Amino acid sequence: MSLPLFLAVREIWHNKGRFLLISMVVALITTLVLFIAALAEGLGNGNREYIENLSGELIAFQADVDLSASASRIGRSRLNEIRRIEGVADVGQVGFANATIVFDDGEDPLDVSLIGVEPGQPGDVSILRGKPLRGSRANEVVIDANVAARSEIQVGDTISIRTIQGASEEFFQLYVVGLSSGQAYFLRPSLIVPFQTWDKIRPQGVNERTDNGELISNIVAIKLINPDQTVQMGRLIAERVDNLEVADRKTAYEAAPGYSAQQSTLDTQRYFSFFIGILVLGGFFQIQTLQKVAQIGMLKAIGASNWRIGLSAMLQIILINTLGVAIGALGSLGLGATFPPAVPIEFSRDALTTAVIALLLIGPAGGLVSIFYLLRIEPLTALGLAQ
Amino acid sequence: MRKEKDALRAIDVTKIYGEGDMAVRAVDNVSFGVRSGEFIALVGPSGSGKTTMLAMLAGLLTPTEGVVKIAGNNMNELSEAKRTRFRGQRIGFAFQASNLVPYLTALENVELMLRINDTYTRKNRVRARELLVRLGLEERLKNYPEQLSGGQRQRVAIARALIHEPDVVLADEPTASLDTERANEVVATFAELIHEQGRAGIMVTHDLRMCKYVDRVVQMVDGQITHIISEPEEIERMAANSEFQME
Ligand SMILES: Nc1ncnc2c1ncn2[C@@H]1O[C@H](COP(=O)(O)OP(=O)(O)O)[C@@H](O)[C@H]1O
Ligand SMILES: [Mg+2]
Repeated sequence: MSLPLFLAVREIWHNKGRFLLISMVVALITTLVLFIAALAEGLGNGNREYIENLSGELIAFQADVDLSASASRIGRSRLNEIRRIEGVADVGQVGFANATIVFDDGEDPLDVSLIGVEPGQPGDVSILRGKPLRGSRANEVVIDANVAARSEIQVGDTISIRTIQGASEEFFQLYVVGLSSGQAYFLRPSLIVPFQTWDKIRPQGVNERTDNGELISNIVAIKLINPDQTVQMGRLIAERVDNLEVADRKTAYEAAPGYSAQQSTLDTQRYFSFFIGILVLGGFFQIQTLQKVAQIGMLKAIGASNWRIGLSAMLQIILINTLGVAIGALGSLGLGATFPPAVPIEFSRDALTTAVIALLLIGPAGGLVSIFYLLRIEPLTALGLAQ
Repeated sequence: MRKEKDALRAIDVTKIYGEGDMAVRAVDNVSFGVRSGEFIALVGPSGSGKTTMLAMLAGLLTPTEGVVKIAGNNMNELSEAKRTRFRGQRIGFAFQASNLVPYLTALENVELMLRINDTYTRKNRVRARELLVRLGLEERLKNYPEQLSGGQRQRVAIARALIHEPDVVLADEPTASLDTERANEVVATFAELIHEQGRAGIMVTHDLRMCKYVDRVVQMVDGQITHIISEPEEIERMAANSEFQME
């Protein structure tokens, strides 16, 4: 074993309690950071999954609603106007509503987003298992992975949907034809139904029926011939069609009410946790160093070079930090696995990797001050003299 | 004055701390040499410049004027990194009280010198163990410094100062924290090993009774050498005479 590693490990071993304590602090900070990241991911997904995965590059909203899908209303006649613009490959009406799945075996009802799409058109979802939707007014439904995770529903089942129509509750039977990946929207798991079926079963006020029978959707999903031309095409479409605002997918979900505020709040919390971690580790190792001035002077006097002593301290910090991050990460994953699917916590591989790498850096970052200090200790202090 | 065969030589060494009105002439034009196998004591009252002198001999402090040579190497001419390496290989240190690494066992503290010099071989590890056994620490090899008495710790420090076969061994007040009996034991063994292994040994002390183990006594007052005593009878007399005790 090299001298730096030997010194680092022997000191940790001799002061196990003290070093383990600091590892536990790192573990707790890791848990905090990972849970905040998982929450950001979970809440973010719940708010954006459907839009993020949308089969279409652009989304048209009614102008002047600040890209709010629930406030936006677009009639079917506008659809053709959009479709005619050069560069547009295809379009599809998409509507959002609330519904509740009820179970006859006494299980708790499940609130869902009811998403109406035109089968095979932009806005329709891809299928993992089963078949896609067919007819535009069939009593069929595709469930998303979130519904599957929170209930026993399977492809081939028939489910009961409850919606409020005017002042009364209405029930509909839908046949589950397929399962899609997660398509959550408005923080709810999703049911995807043919657009006209959606229009029939969605909750509506007594006098909300359309004046001339025109089908009205919330948004229009637009597929472009050239997917790279989102900016130009967005501008062109908004220009050509009255009373329309066009956004790409990212802009669309970031504009969802509360989405950006929520994500930036969680980000701020995460950065603060990192910062606290750096301060705690930096403080701990600085105090350690201050207590060891004479000893380090002695090591330098008897011939240990600066870089070996600095490397030893760095290795020690890395070991302690890594141990803490490992304990914290495993603990978080273990703890996360015990949460029911309804809790919006999602450990995505990317977010986890980024957070863990950042956490592995808080030790070295915090330890920098103490290492600079350590390098400047004079071997002369071993003799009780200092210049 | 001895010439080239000296393992260590100080030539017209002066150290001035501070500048102008604040200047302190801690060591003033000091010259002496120590041969291999010779053990000398540097004595003098507190503040007479002994530690400063020792620091310059060790290459830890650069003289304001003059030259320190160890085995013919001018310490001032070495770069910082080379000097550190040189100290590790050619100099052995025993400091005041205990300056052992608290998280290493007695044996590991001695072996530390081998690790520093990249000579951590099986053969040398056996030597480290044998040296500690020789110093009466057979039962204490696996003990940490906090589990050792002051005398035991100082004997570990002596083993650490000798294990890497240095040219020069420097000790600053090695008996400072020991009672008389313990102090005599430690210095007697130290002297024995220095003579036996042929090192050039320098011990700073203000306890004149410890001089009975050395070959020569260099006395400093106010940074200057006032006496050099090398007659065995005279050293004997000085060590026995309590009137010579300082502080
Ligand atoms: N860093 C320093 N700055 C200024 N004066 C110093 C410094 N170190 C030591 N001195 C002075 O140098 C003189 C010699 O000190 P020192 O070598 O420690 O003597 P000794 O070891 O004999 O007691 C003393 O007067 C002391 O006050
Ligand atoms: Mg002194």
